[in-house]
Amino acid sequence: MSDQCKKGGCDHSGVSRRGFLTTMGVGAVAAAAAGSALPATAEQQKASAAEPMTIGLSVNGRKHRLAVEPRETLLAVLRERLGFVGTKPGCERGECGACTVLVDGVTRYACLTLALEAEGHEITTIEGLARGEELGDVQKAFVEEDALQCGYCTPGQIMAAEGLLRANPSPTLDDVRLGMSGNLCRCGAYGHIFKAVERVARARREGGAK
Amino acid sequence: MLPTFSYVRPTSLAQAIRELSSPGARAHAGGTDVVGCLRDGVYSADKLVSLSGLAELRGVSRTASGGLRIGALTTLAELAANPLVREKYRVLADAAAAAASPQLRNQGTLGGNLCQRPRCWYFRGDFECLRKGGGTCFAAEGENQLHAIFGGESCFMVHPSDTAPALTALDAAVSLVGPGGARSVPIDAFFVPPERDFMRETVVEPGEIVSEIVVPPPLQGARGCYSKLRARGAWDFALVGAAVVVATRGASVSHARIVLSGVAAIPWRVAKAEELLVGHALDDATIERAVAKAAEGATPMSGNEYKVALVRGAVAEALGALG
Repeated sequence: MSDQCKKGGCDHSGVSRRGFLTTMGVGAVAAAAAGSALPATAEQQKASAAEPMTIGLSVNGRKHRLAVEPRETLLAVLRERLGFVGTKPGCERGECGACTVLVDGVTRYACLTLALEAEGHEITTIEGLARGEELGDVQKAFVEEDALQCGYCTPGQIMAAEGLLRANPSPTLDDVRLGMSGNLCRCGAYGHIFKAVERVARARREGGAK
Repeated sequence: MLPTFSYVRPTSLAQAIRELSSPGARAHAGGTDVVGCLRDGVYSADKLVSLSGLAELRGVSRTASGGLRIGALTTLAELAANPLVREKYRVLADAAAAAASPQLRNQGTLGGNLCQRPRCWYFRGDFECLRKGGGTCFAAEGENQLHAIFGGESCFMVHPSDTAPALTALDAAVSLVGPGGARSVPIDAFFVPPERDFMRETVVEPGEIVSEIVVPPPLQGARGCYSKLRARGAWDFALVGAAVVVATRGASVSHARIVLSGVAAIPWRVAKAEELLVGHALDDATIERAVAKAAEGATPMSGNEYKVALVRGAVAEALGALG
């Protein structure tokens, strides 16, 4: 997202790939919303004990007010309602780590977190680590260490690394391996991922970026 | 998409108990098990009562007698990192640190870890098994590599918790709160074996929640640890685990607890091996004698005989770390 986007005045005027994707995401949300505006059937009426609740969600430092159903996960709301599609759906049962986000600075699986449970907490997604188009230090280290192949698990890996380094700024290699153990990479880029995490830890200790 | 349910987040324990007393209500603590079970249709809920607004159920403090009071909503990560737990109750810190993955430890609570439903693939899968009200335990004749080698008669599940055997080794007590008031249950009476009732894993009644776990003060000269054997080095359930606590007076053992995970529907205490430690120095010969008895009485099935050797290995590893 551009700086203009971050300030809330984004017009998606055809600049970046990210902007383009975000626009597509918003389109899909609008279509889905139009669908749900149809008159409710009797079956849907019956389910109205589970009616949507309006909450405030703070994502990457910005507040969003929206109505969510109790059964909606944080993963679904981040991606489908707010357009933060960097958070990936994988197993959707708390086993693969692709949906890892920070909640109050601590890693969690967004697929096992109800959106309503995130109310009142600060959520950080992969989009929140970059400053506009400039990548954050963990993101850069993943690029520099070639810590990915297909890239699908990468946002979750990077969020897990960010959470690990916030909790333990000087991890040993074993700490890194255990700290990253909640994230699977089917391409098997683990060796490079561990190097990337160690590289950031070193750079931060030496007073580098961040 | 999850099935529909309503949601309420009470701000007082009394309100939570009231909300939980309506039919179809279920408690939501960390949510790691509840959300998965609802998604997989293991059970349903008309209403989730979130406990996350109850700050009084969070945190670790000292009791007046020098023991520990652990709020049921304390996360496994908080427990593993707590200096008091690490210093005086290493078996519990080890167990909390060995559970699940970093993300799940940040989210999952101690109360939830004790109350989680079985991980048996027939129970979780699309099978009307005994524990779900059907007539058959499919593990008895089916795929039973991960199932019980002790105490399985009707249902062969193993209890999935790592903290449960650690708390059993520490002689902890579980505090429950419900519509009828509060009660305290010794942890060895908290879990329900299948021969007593194969439809439940704990004595928690509908409308009740675990509010806290109380651990007595450590015995003089006590130390402990948890050895967890699994198919990979991290992020897996125990094939077999051994939680041990040993106290020594002078040169010899005065108190011993050996409690296994991964082998039975409840944390499985090995009293016979404990007895062989008491009164002796904790040396290699004593440990060897206890290890030889650790798997006595095991009745493995077609696919899980390997667990017998793992029991001996886990007990040897844990006691060896204390010797």
